[in-house]
Amino acid sequence: MKYLDEYRDSAAAERYLREIKRLTTREWTIMEVCGGQTHAIVKYGIDRLLPDKITLLHGPGCPVCVTAVELIDRAVEIASRENVIFCSFGDMLRVPGSDKDLLTVKAEGGDVRMVYSPLDSLKIARENPDKEIVFFGIGFETTAPANAAAVLQAQQKKITNFTLLPALVLIPPAMEAILRDNACRVQGFLAAGHVCTVVGYREYEKLAEKYKIPIVVTGFEPLDILQGICMTIAQLEKGKYEVENQYSRAVSREGNLKAQEIIYEVFEVVNRPWRGLGEILSSGLGLRDKYAVFDAANHFDLVTGTVREDSECISGLVLQGRKKPSECPAFGTRCTPENPMGATMVSSEGACAAYYRYRRKQTL
Amino acid sequence: MCLAVPGKILSIAGADELTCTGRVSFGGIVKEISLALVPEAKVGEFVLVHAGFAINTLDENEADKTFKYLRELEETDEPTGEES
Ligand code: SF4
Repeated sequence: MKYLDEYRDSAAAERYLREIKRLTTREWTIMEVCGGQTHAIVKYGIDRLLPDKITLLHGPGCPVCVTAVELIDRAVEIASRENVIFCSFGDMLRVPGSDKDLLTVKAEGGDVRMVYSPLDSLKIARENPDKEIVFFGIGFETTAPANAAAVLQAQQKKITNFTLLPALVLIPPAMEAILRDNACRVQGFLAAGHVCTVVGYREYEKLAEKYKIPIVVTGFEPLDILQGICMTIAQLEKGKYEVENQYSRAVSREGNLKAQEIIYEVFEVVNRPWRGLGEILSSGLGLRDKYAVFDAANHFDLVTGTVREDSECISGLVLQGRKKPSECPAFGTRCTPENPMGATMVSSEGACAAYYRYRRKQTL
Repeated sequence: MCLAVPGKILSIAGADELTCTGRVSFGGIVKEISLALVPEAKVGEFVLVHAGFAINTLDENEADKTFKYLRELEETDEPTGEES
């Protein structure tokens, strides 16, 4: 397929690997921010092909993995109600909340549906005028415009039985939270390509300057990742700390202005708790007052229970790149994709799930 | 989750920017995709699609840069490692 196959060419990958080896003279630690990149790195074994001097840390860029337990508890509470059709991306259904996950709600008779797009839930809303349709709005900047456009379409088409449970999060504040941590070992970032497709990379320029760290906006195919690593190492070896754009076929400095206009028409920046990282200031998107009627958290009278998390799970440390999944005592034994204890084992982009799928034989 | 897949616009329907859609082919599989975020997109162009929305058009000239850099490496015995 155009724009995919050519970026998986093994001879070209070899050439990039040789160049990375030639450039690397010292030990360097790079974090790939996005879970999609983690998945590709583990799947193609890119981390194992790199020189020993280079360590890749897996970042917090999986929206399923960072959605706070209290938000999942709210989703479970809404989905359990009579008369509600609860729509969500599939990965979210098996993430454990304090008591149960959404799939259990479904098994107990709740109407929980897996959708591909927030627009699917608008369609369900039109087809079921006597039901309340709620969409679980998780995601990063990449998914924010789809959520915002669904709200605008609901307003335009006067669909009154649709609400959104907003759980959108923003990536740069999370990168900064990682950098501010004293235990931070990250010396360079591969920034998440599709987040930047939407919002561009101007904001990263401040981060690169403030923390003197190279940031390379990187795509998701093996060649993209190898080129991104190559560009990061070239900067590190020269002592540079700039923002560079490896993924220029999909990303411009300004990003998609139309998408940003739609996002900020509907949403405003709010504080948001992240699973494993705690509350991060100005790191989420919530509905603006004028769209408050579309906010499921207002629409339903919610009882907040006590939030409980599995104490054995170290996914918070995995999300910060401080531990590898295989260092978790429960990995592959008490915690598996069939019986996940943490969100990083549920999502296909979670580091634990990627290690389980591609590395289990070697790590167990 | 942030997976976005490239596809080619076969046709465009609807005049209203917010509800405008396109039939987009992903290597032969055709889906109806919202073009609300890419009002300037044209038939024949490639878009990156995520959660039912085209989030941007793909730039053909820029797409070659990854290979251009490689060709430069091949041409020189002493590659510089500078810029792509
Ligand atoms: S292996 Fe399971 S328990 Fe361990 S950190 Fe990953 S998700 Fe948590």
